[in-house]
Amino acid sequence: MRIQVRFFAALRERVGISERAISVPENTTVAQVWALVVEDKSLPDNVLAAKNMEYVDTATPVAEGDEIAFFPPVTGGAP
Amino acid sequence: MTVEILDSAFDPWHYLAEYRNKGAQRSGQFGATAVFVGTMRDFNQDEPVQGMVLEHYPGMTEGHLEKISREAVRRWDLIDSLIVHRVGELLPGEPIVLVAVWSAHRQAAFEASRYLMEELKSKAPFWKKEQLEAGARWVERNTPG
Repeated sequence: MRIQVRFFAALRERVGISERAISVPENTTVAQVWALVVEDKSLPDNVLAAKNMEYVDTATPVAEGDEIAFFPPVTGGAP
Repeated sequence: MTVEILDSAFDPWHYLAEYRNKGAQRSGQFGATAVFVGTMRDFNQDEPVQGMVLEHYPGMTEGHLEKISREAVRRWDLIDSLIVHRVGELLPGEPIVLVAVWSAHRQAAFEASRYLMEELKSKAPFWKKEQLEAGARWVERNTPG
């Protein structure tokens, strides 16, 4: 099945990928998506993951057409 | 309940005046208005900051801000809420965020505006990259309240 994978901010720069469409087998988890795309680096503890724009645990399975995003701790708002 | 992401500089006081002019809050209904404005500083971690780029996750950011706005309305008796947040390139002194809450009494307005700011900071997908004299650096974590 096809899914879309996105990276943001410092993680996007480190991984060198902004957005990529990939094919994954059934029952692939979010953590396995990371491993498929970012082959040479293990998933850092502080990386946050979202599925279709909602926060998820990295053990969550993905489905056809999902958008999976990985990003570092958020730093919005004000002083 | 309004959420807006802006990619260019804005004046929060002008924005608030315009927002009221649109009749977003029914006149006479609210007794309390709490307003929080966050502004970019020219110093962070003992270093002068020349500028900043704010990145966000379009779609998820708005979705999250709408979710915390709905939660605030569920927890407190609010008449209306407003969150405006900048993205893109910012200079020191420019407003980053505007949060405003309208309610009948002050307690709900104070508590809900604090709640919205803290939830925004801890969960909404925004990332700051500071421009220093020596180069750019990503802000790695937010400062506590």
